[in-house]
Amino acid sequence: MKERRFVREVVESKQRILILSFVVGAVFFLLLMRLWHLQILRSDDYREMSENNRLRFVPVAASRGAILDRNGKVLVSNRPSFSLAVVPQEVLDKESLLTQLSTLLGLDRAEMDERWRKSMGRAKYYPIVLASNITRDQVEILEENRLRLPGVEIEMKPVREYSNGTLASHLLGYISEISEKELNAKGYEEYNPGDYVGKNGIERALEMELHGDDGGRQLEVDARGRVLRTISETYPTVGNSVVLTIDSAIQKQAEQAFGEQAGAAVAMDVNSGEILAFVSNPGFDPSLFSGKLPADIWKGYLEDKRRPLENKALSGQYPPGSTFKVITALAGLYDNRIDDSTSVNCNGAYTLGTSTFKCWNKKGHGTTSLRKSLRESCDVYYYQLGEKLGVDKIAATAKAFKLGAPMGVELQNEKSGLIPTSEWKQKRFGKRWFHGETLPVSIGQGYVLTTPIQLASMIATVANEGTIYRPHLVKRIVDADGKPLRETKTEVIGTTSFSKESYRLVKQGLYAVVNESGGTGAQARLYDVKVAGKTGTSQVVKMRDSKQGTPYQFRDHALFVAFAPFDKPEIAVAVVIEHGEHGGSAAAPIAGRILRAYFDGKKPPRKEPSATPKETEEPENDEKAATLKESQVSGDKSND
Amino acid sequence: MIDRRLLTNIDWILAGLVVTVCLLGILNIYSATTPYKMVGTAYFIKQFYWMLAGMTISMLVCSIDYHLLEDLSYWFYGFLILLLVVVLLVGRSTMGATRWLNLGLFNIQPSELMKIVIIITFARFFNNYHSVGGLTVGDVLFPLGILALPAALIMKQPDLGTAILVILIALSMTFYIGPRWTTIVTFACVTIPVAWIGWAYLLRPYQKNRVLDFLNPERSRLGSGYHIIQSKIAVGSGGIAGKGYIQGTQSQLRFLPEQHTDFAFSVFAEEWGFVGCLFLIILYMSLVLWGLNIARRCNDRFGGLLAVGVTAMLFWHIVINMGMVIGLFPVVGVPLPFFSYGGTSMITSMVGIGMLQSISMRRFMF
Repeated sequence: MKERRFVREVVESKQRILILSFVVGAVFFLLLMRLWHLQILRSDDYREMSENNRLRFVPVAASRGAILDRNGKVLVSNRPSFSLAVVPQEVLDKESLLTQLSTLLGLDRAEMDERWRKSMGRAKYYPIVLASNITRDQVEILEENRLRLPGVEIEMKPVREYSNGTLASHLLGYISEISEKELNAKGYEEYNPGDYVGKNGIERALEMELHGDDGGRQLEVDARGRVLRTISETYPTVGNSVVLTIDSAIQKQAEQAFGEQAGAAVAMDVNSGEILAFVSNPGFDPSLFSGKLPADIWKGYLEDKRRPLENKALSGQYPPGSTFKVITALAGLYDNRIDDSTSVNCNGAYTLGTSTFKCWNKKGHGTTSLRKSLRESCDVYYYQLGEKLGVDKIAATAKAFKLGAPMGVELQNEKSGLIPTSEWKQKRFGKRWFHGETLPVSIGQGYVLTTPIQLASMIATVANEGTIYRPHLVKRIVDADGKPLRETKTEVIGTTSFSKESYRLVKQGLYAVVNESGGTGAQARLYDVKVAGKTGTSQVVKMRDSKQGTPYQFRDHALFVAFAPFDKPEIAVAVVIEHGEHGGSAAAPIAGRILRAYFDGKKPPRKEPSATPKETEEPENDEKAATLKESQVSGDKSND
Repeated sequence: MIDRRLLTNIDWILAGLVVTVCLLGILNIYSATTPYKMVGTAYFIKQFYWMLAGMTISMLVCSIDYHLLEDLSYWFYGFLILLLVVVLLVGRSTMGATRWLNLGLFNIQPSELMKIVIIITFARFFNNYHSVGGLTVGDVLFPLGILALPAALIMKQPDLGTAILVILIALSMTFYIGPRWTTIVTFACVTIPVAWIGWAYLLRPYQKNRVLDFLNPERSRLGSGYHIIQSKIAVGSGGIAGKGYIQGTQSQLRFLPEQHTDFAFSVFAEEWGFVGCLFLIILYMSLVLWGLNIARRCNDRFGGLLAVGVTAMLFWHIVINMGMVIGLFPVVGVPLPFFSYGGTSMITSMVGIGMLQSISMRRFMF
């Protein structure tokens, strides 16, 4: 019995061994299936992951090119700045890391979270910039706590330095961190979050020149992010530098002349279209925009009635007022409605049908010739002339001067102004043009709008008697060593078909404006150079009697356009003072100072702008004449 | 003491398989520890010494007639339980768990020895316990008690990996004896609802978290199973042929945790690829199947039970470790026998192999 049971047990246990063997085989087969899945089916995915694990691309920011004035003086350069970046794949615990960083460095936790969120979806080894522009003290704290903060890196990046503060701020523009929208925009494919791009002015318009090519290093790192070796390296290419046509001495004088007044001024080389000064007042501090703009300053900019953020020289559209009489006069001469001997009697007003159009001088100018009409800015003379010509002939002349369309300056957001025609009115309002509407147009009121840059171009064209050059701000592009790469060619965008005699007559009138008694622009007079110009006062609101106590925003704009020297013109200037009330008293003196600065600069015969900015470092005045070399701080990232 | 005739019966297949795996393991440890900055004897040399020590102990064990173990089994059991209690009271702590007992000259890990002792104890118990038609619920209550005591003590250390292994070894042996279907169903019916009710209603959230952390230590420390992901990347990126010896980037750049011990297979898989893994798995499978074959050939019940127990011990180590490395199981600190670096694991496994050898050599004696 016992024996039988034993035998049965043995048989049964042998059967069970068989079952166990099958189970063992099945389990090992399962392990193999899993290995098949990992090592054969998904091998490529994992291989890529292992590459991402060990390879790290560290961008090395290219140093941004400098911006120099026509004499090689540095307007914008770079200085080193540190930012805090984090490599996500090395961060073990994001929450505790961010908490540590915010307590150690006093950084805004919410902002770091936001930056992290924005960078999601990028390769895990790509550093996320959590805080830009950290102080040297913060850098030191980070270095000390490095080991406790795995994944944290300190990046050294060059930042923009605007050596002259607010000088030419609208022209230069500013840079700031690239926006999400820009990242997805065309032309920005090479950019990464955290990169800085020009947002405005030259910084934006010449972004592709200035930016340079970022370099980078392909590194092999171990699990703790320690760099083992560099696999490949591409060096950053420093951005090209931009040499402007601007003369910073003139620019400075012009801005000082403005003081607190809002407005714009453009000074232009009559024979090339090179812009020598480009003022929009008040300015702003471009360096503030690279970092975190303090809220109160931002608020101040927004609430200032003088609109400091607007580039008035390019985007400000003003009725040209009496400066437009130059156009009406040329139209009249061209159409043979007037000549040297034509005279009109001004008794202070002109009546057309049932409407009365007043001259600014209620007493009237009496018998008025063309020369006198310009000198004393008689409105009645131009009312009569305008009535004879009709709006379309005036418009044709204005358009011959390229008014009413953008001039094609390098900067963005240039406005076109407006030159009304009867056709335009029909289209715009569906109504025919009334005769009475021509009269304000003939003195630069009504629908007429111009930008300061257009006015400068207009007066320059008068000065050179018919050649319209494209106004431009960039003289040349040079590489990091100052070697010229591209020169901006003088471009003629139009010529007018007015006779020499017409120009002579108008210019005589403009000379009288400044130099003869009774002239409205006497305040622009220089003792050593003959200046010619035209004042303008453009109404902001129609028909007021008393200007006393008019609120600021309803006061008239003051304008002045001028060129000099009268006999052989070199420079043209247009000045607009918003709500400055009188062209002769508010705008003409500023034009005078700009011209003064120009001719003062010429006195010791001006050096031909040198090709190498390095050579032209003139330790002039108190300003830092930083050389281009110094201004280039090559970006790098500290890795140890 | 040793019978000359026995030498002629040495199981060369068993010895060959074990030595081959050991040598592969040493080769792999050399690669895995290349990136380590080491002072003193290199790991692969130490592992070689452990292998020699293990083989010596193995030979000592196989020279003993395993029937002697039957008589000593309960003494062993009692002594080990005592050690486990002592270790809880005065043991040396490493990494938050108390497992080691300092014996002056060297440290021992009683929980590791328990794997062997539970085999002997269960073999002894079932050898003398005959039931007709399979084990009933009543039949398994006593062995369950024998198992529960050490399992609880080991869990208290806490050493979940070893506790699980002890339980799995015991269950495997019980299955070999053969429970009735009713027994299995009864236990399933009791265990599953009790566990579920306990989990759902009795435990507070923080307690659940503790249990989850206990089951998967990676959960709390790094979140999202960083180690498992790195290990899967290592294995997967190995592809068919592997990246080449000492060429694995995951291991050489130390993305792998514990890469010379628990994750040694991960290093091997990265560097030798699917082909290498296939070879190693075939070796292991052969070892396990050969262990079962020794059990099958053995004509006495006690020897069969011992062989099944030792084989089960090896089998579960292999499966749990590999399963962890390739992301099938959570991270439990279980080494791969003969392959992971470590003296304790080597000695325990070699003792087991000694027992298998002993059984295999004496198969003609009955």
